[in-house]
Amino acid sequence: MKHMTEEQLIAYKEGVAAQRAMIAQHLAACEECRAELERIEAVLAALDTLSVPNPGDDYGRHVWQQIAPRLPERPARWWQEWFEPRRLGALGAIAALLIIAFIAGRITKRDHLGNEVATKEQIRERVLVVAVGDHLSKSEMFLVELSNAQPNPSSERLVNISAEQRRAEDLLEENRLYRQTALQEGDQVMASTLDELERFLLDVANSPDEITPAQLEKIRQKIEARGILFKVRVVGKELQERQKVTTPAPAQNDSTKTERNKA
Amino acid sequence: MIRMQPSVENTQTIADSDAVAVERTLAGDRDAFRVLVERHSHNVFRLAYRMTRNRPDAEEVVQEAFLRAYQKLGKFEARANFGTWVYRIAANYAIDRMRQRKKDEARKVEPAVREEGIENDPVALVHDAAPTPERLAHNVELRKQMEIALAALSYSERTAFVMRHLEGCAIEEIATVLKSSSGAAKNTVFRAVQKLRLALQPFVGRGTQARAMGTES
Repeated sequence: MKHMTEEQLIAYKEGVAAQRAMIAQHLAACEECRAELERIEAVLAALDTLSVPNPGDDYGRHVWQQIAPRLPERPARWWQEWFEPRRLGALGAIAALLIIAFIAGRITKRDHLGNEVATKEQIRERVLVVAVGDHLSKSEMFLVELSNAQPNPSSERLVNISAEQRRAEDLLEENRLYRQTALQEGDQVMASTLDELERFLLDVANSPDEITPAQLEKIRQKIEARGILFKVRVVGKELQERQKVTTPAPAQNDSTKTERNKA
Repeated sequence: MIRMQPSVENTQTIADSDAVAVERTLAGDRDAFRVLVERHSHNVFRLAYRMTRNRPDAEEVVQEAFLRAYQKLGKFEARANFGTWVYRIAANYAIDRMRQRKKDEARKVEPAVREEGIENDPVALVHDAAPTPERLAHNVELRKQMEIALAALSYSERTAFVMRHLEGCAIEEIATVLKSSSGAAKNTVFRAVQKLRLALQPFVGRGTQARAMGTES
């Protein structure tokens, strides 16, 4: 009889198992798996006993007294959040996208004069290709730097990765936006690559500030094992190709323009 | 599950009453927000304490969560549940807070032991037997190991474990806090339990070893 995996038993215990009925049926018949589940339950039951101190009956009042003097007169409107310092980066990215879109529009106009009509979809495509390409090259640089880190696994000295965490957080914000867009556009390959990149960035962003060289080594191994860097490079290269196809050759336009001016 | 589960009617009444308080706050009645703070502070504190494992940090998380909730109230959707919403804000801030905290071994292990004391140690209640010196020593050791094991989890793993196992949150709720997919959140819960088990099995199972899983017999 094939036994349940630890993952299946934990998922069953935590109520998130996909095949709950099948696992329950197996447990009813298999003493060994039942014993294994009991061992898992014993650990979880011990953790359940870790107490939380009672903050007191009037804790709510105490919290209110602490925060009331710090509250503004009225809650902020939704749009005011966009001007918080942490959001300014995202605003900058949007502004950059608008500028690119504007430039793309100008190129389209020139194309139009040359009897080549670019559709709205093509403009959108160009904007995305440029923006995602830029994001992927930044991510690639980040992954390369992490891959090239040379921790000494035998050393016990902690490595501070807070700067890398901040970069991972910045990349995460953009990555989410592009992944969602790729999904909407039906670009499965791009969405899947961005999804993998996002999981890795999340791991880095959620690590402690200081990690052991062995933990850093694990992060490096993760990049290699999942082939993230390779996938990012492949998709980035493909985007560069698409960029060449979707952007008209400037030399030809310039000469057309010169000819027009002469005329 | 330790999370208190109010009845369906009660939950609906609280949600309706919360919605009214949110509306009044948005209309400029700052005192209406006080109702929300007093009603949800205990739940948020429990989550914050379980995530940060120390009282000063937990209290700061609670205050910051309500301050942020007030500031973002304009974005709160009327159909949503305020309790769940502020809970999510607190979980997010607790992760930030844990990140900011520098590693301090003494803080991780010692305070909880000192704070609760052996007499109130709930671990002592697990095995219903006379508290012999040996048993008390074992319980103190187990408690210490649990604190170490929880502190050794990554922030996402600790968040996922606390929210799912101790607070009974839905996987989708955890995924929102971790900003990941449901599958990734489920996987994080699994990883957390697996790590805790690896660290604690020798203390809980009293020497019994886990078998190699997924094998055939």
